[in-house]
Formats: sequence, structure tokens, C-alpha cells
Amino acid sequence: MSAKAAGATPPQYVITAEDLTKTYGDVTAVDGISFSVPAGESFGLLGPNGAGKSTTMKMIGGVAQRTSGSLTIMGLDPEQHGPEVRAHLGVVPQQDNLDEELKVRDNLLVYGRYFGLPMSYLRPKADELLEFAQLTDKAKSKVDALSGGMKRRLTIARSLINEPRILLLDEPTTGLDPQARHILWDRLFRLKEQGVTLILTTHYMDEAEQLCDRIIVVDKGRIMAEGSPASLIRDYSTREVLELRFGSERNASIAGELEGIGERLETLPDRVLIYTHDGEAALEEVSARGLRPLTSLVRRSSLEDVFLRLTGRSLVD
Amino acid sequence: MTEPSFAKDLTAGPTAAPPLRAHSPEVSAAKARRWGAFYYAEQVLRVMKGYGWSIFLYSVGQPAAYLFAMGVGLATLVDTNTAEVFGGVSYIAFIAPALLISAAVMTAATEFTFPVMDGFKWRRVYYGPHASPLTPEQIAGGQIIAVTIRFLLQSVIYFVIVAMFGASPSGWGWASVVVATLAGLSFGLPLMAYAASIKEDKGQFAMVMRFIVMPLFLFSGTFFPLDTLPVLVRWIGWISPIWHGTELGRVMTYGYDESPVLTIIHVVFLLGLAWLGWVLTKRQFVRRMGQ
Repeated sequence: MSAKAAGATPPQYVITAEDLTKTYGDVTAVDGISFSVPAGESFGLLGPNGAGKSTTMKMIGGVAQRTSGSLTIMGLDPEQHGPEVRAHLGVVPQQDNLDEELKVRDNLLVYGRYFGLPMSYLRPKADELLEFAQLTDKAKSKVDALSGGMKRRLTIARSLINEPRILLLDEPTTGLDPQARHILWDRLFRLKEQGVTLILTTHYMDEAEQLCDRIIVVDKGRIMAEGSPASLIRDYSTREVLELRFGSERNASIAGELEGIGERLETLPDRVLIYTHDGEAALEEVSARGLRPLTSLVRRSSLEDVFLRLTGRSLVD
Repeated sequence: MTEPSFAKDLTAGPTAAPPLRAHSPEVSAAKARRWGAFYYAEQVLRVMKGYGWSIFLYSVGQPAAYLFAMGVGLATLVDTNTAEVFGGVSYIAFIAPALLISAAVMTAATEFTFPVMDGFKWRRVYYGPHASPLTPEQIAGGQIIAVTIRFLLQSVIYFVIVAMFGASPSGWGWASVVVATLAGLSFGLPLMAYAASIKEDKGQFAMVMRFIVMPLFLFSGTFFPLDTLPVLVRWIGWISPIWHGTELGRVMTYGYDESPVLTIIHVVFLLGLAWLGWVLTKRQFVRRMGQ
């Protein structure tokens, strides 16, 4: 994008939301959230299913009307300037909506036409993007012949056809196997390195940690916490976690005997979590009390622990 | 904001071409505002091209079969017995415009039902362009433009075959192609609005075919003049785009002698229903995609 296209004085924030609210009848999907995203940042919305992440993304993408609050993308209100806002964006929806009846390469060409891009630009661009998405050898295949991971990569390639400076990714790796997820993360990381602003929703903590500079933790339509993955873990958890399993019958009853070990104790149906700065020392203390867990694991704290601390619930139900 | 290096990176190499640049988002938005419906029509036509042969064979096979069976086979009985009932023209000349118009309406019944459900529900194909600068109205409009082009092409083929059977004696016969297209839209657009309102497929489209399209086809003055029917069922024709289109088609293909007022009523009815269908379709698309 040229300096002229971006405006003489580029906005400090590419996205600004103030008290953004969306209700469907009696249900409040997004409940007065506020955030701002500067250009080039990878910004994540982390929360469980039904937290309001996708609804927020739809409002940012200029396809769902907000109930109240204000929202600007590149300084424009998406409800007043829908086509202008959407022309700035690349969108990867939660559910692939590729043209299954068209060939892989044609999907890119057709999508590029929606932006009024000429074929002289689109033909070589489609080939570049297929290479980027590692789909060059599938260019002439029908979309329904692709695997789930390939379809996802094609959807990402499609979202890049207009060279957007803001990419919205709604649960980009949900339903993919670990290998496909890692390939996708690699591609997204390259875009991030090239300065594309990534707005990402996920309920995978590892995804948020890998890709996001900053995160808002969302639950029931509200922001529970905000910060970088590291700062959230620092603020809401300890350095390490000791996970103990005594069997689903005994976890709750034995928790009382673990009191005083570590800084905090969390009892889940399938395990007991001890939050501590030194996991090994905590495990020794457990043994010293004569307790013999079926399994034990010392690990570093993650965003999952942050979410558990903030909401009392696990991220993935 | 930094200049994007994405395109450059991807073309890097010993034979790298000059970096590609998309035009600015402002240009994209301006072009989409102006031409968006045509961009979406392009997509629909590309998909149709995928089954182009089937469309072509249907467009040729259907008129050839109908005109031969009805216009040559059945006509040998009809013409010898009751030719005066058909205004003094041959039976094949009488039914040719009716079949032409009915074919467009039948196509409308397919093109404005299942693909709409596919767009919103099955494969959700509308939601891809919806995330681009296109608006819901343009997506609906694009689909209508593409189907209109199909109506035109199909009706041209149909008319050529009609002419080959010698069933369009008037010099204005070609205008029946336009009438068929208008009849297709007149029936199709209200149906499109209905299809866009359906959230769950419970076989509604099969019901439309059985209980709306077929009765309209049979009782719209297609195979015999409407006024030979009892008054009690004549209303089916009066509210039928097939009847209004057929009567108008007959004026074009063999100079059917009807009151000019009636001719104007046919045109107004067809245009009015198409316009109403378009208004309702737009409303449904905007409502459903804005949620």
C-alpha cells in the first residue's frame, strides 16, 4: 500500500473498539469490550467457544452490525463504509467457504475479482500465493479433492489476494492435525514478519502463545485480562505447575492433604494442579507427605492456567 | 505503515519478475461499489461453465423433444380437428411460445432455489464474497445477472429451434426471447426471496415444483387457450407469469390478436412481479447476511 493510499497521516491504531456490544435478542454475545490494535501487531482474542470472539470478528470485518459502542478500522466505521473497510482486510473465516465447484487456482482469481483486480495482476499473483500456501501442484484440482489443512491454506491464500495489511483469522487451525497446524503457523508467522497486522481468535493457548504479541482473554462477551502472553502468565500464574493425578475418584478428597504446597491449588475432575515457582521441590514435598500420585508432571505455566485462574473454567470444554 | 515486502519475497529468485502490486483498498472499494454485482455474476458464470455442456444439451434437447412430440406428433390430431380454437394458426405455432416461456420459468425454478440455499446454508458460498468489498445486494444482483444471461442464451437456442420448425411466422418472433427472460425473472425473483428466507431444508423446493410450477405449466394456456378452461380455474392463469409471458410471446411470434390493453397488462404484470421479487430478495439478503 502506498503512503498516499494509507492517508497522509497514517492512524496510530488500525482498529479501535470502544464499549463494543452485540446482542441477539436476549443474548448478549459481546458485552461492552474496548481495545485498540496498532499497525503490525499480532493481536489475539483468546476464549472458549461462545465467548463472543467470532461475533467481534464479524463486526470488525464489517459484516455484522453492532448493537452499541463504536468501532473504527483504518479510521473508518465499518457500518458506514463497509466496502472501504473490507477492501483493507483479508478474512479467514472459522468455516471454510471456498467455491468447491471451482478449481483451486480459479478460487483465487474469482476472489481477486471481487476487489476489482485485473487479470494481469491476478494470474501471476495467484501462482505466487499457491506457492506460498504450498499448493502449486494442486492448482488445477477441484477444491473438494483437498485435505482439511490444504483447504485452510487455500483460504488463507485467498485472503491475501488483495495484499491486505490487516488479516482477520477466526479459529484458523481448529480441526487440523498437529502437522497441518504447524505448517499454518509457519505461514502466518511469515506474514507477521512482513508487517501484516494479524487479528486472531483461538481457543488454543499454544496458538496464542506462538503467534500473538498481545492478547485479550474473553469470556461471556467480556474482557477478563489483557497483555502479552508472557505478562499474562506472570501476572496471573506462577512460573511452574505441578500436575498430579490420583484417579478421578480421589483427586478431590486428597486435595486437602496438599494444602500448603506451592502458592495455589486448583482441583479439576481429572487432576490437581499445584501452582509454584519450583515444581520439582513441590513434588518432593508431596512425596515427603507420603502421597503417591498415579502420575505427576512438572511444566511451565501457560495461558490455559491464566484462563483457569480468571474464570475457574478450562479453555477447551 | 511499512511497505509490504510480501510480494517481493515470493518472487525473489534469479528470474524474479518486477514485484506485483495490488491497487489500493480505496480503488478496490470504488470499483466494487460500481461493478460489484458484475464481479459476482462472473463467479456464478464460471461455476455454470463447469456444467456448461449439460446446460447446452438441455437447452437444445428440451425444445427439440417437446416441439417434435407436441408440435409434430400431437399436432397431427389437433390441427385436423380443432384448428379454429387456436386462432387459425397451426398447433405448433400456438404452443411454441408457451414452451419457450415455460422453459425459462423451469430454469428459474432451479437456478433461484438450490443455489441460493447453497449460498446461505449448505456450502455458504455467499459468505466468501460477503467478506470482500461486495455488499449483500450486489451478491444477490450478481446471481440474478448471471441467471439472466443463462435465460437469454437458453431462449435464443430455443427460439432458433422454434424457427427451424417454422413455428414463428412473425418478424417480431425474436422478441419472445426477451419475453421469456422477463417471465423467468418474474417467476424467479419472488422465488429467490423465498429461498433466501429458508433456514432449514425440509423439501420446500420439491413442493414448489409439484404444487406451483407444474400447475402453472399445465393451466397457463400452454397447451390450450385459457378461456377453454372453466372460470373456476382460470385464475391460475391470471396470476401466472407463464400465462402473461405466453400471451405476450404469441403476440411476438405469430401476431396473436389481443387487446393492446391486455398486452400492456402482461408487460406490467411481469415487470411488477420481477420488481417486487427483487425488493424482497434484497431485503432478505441484507437481513440474513447482516446478522
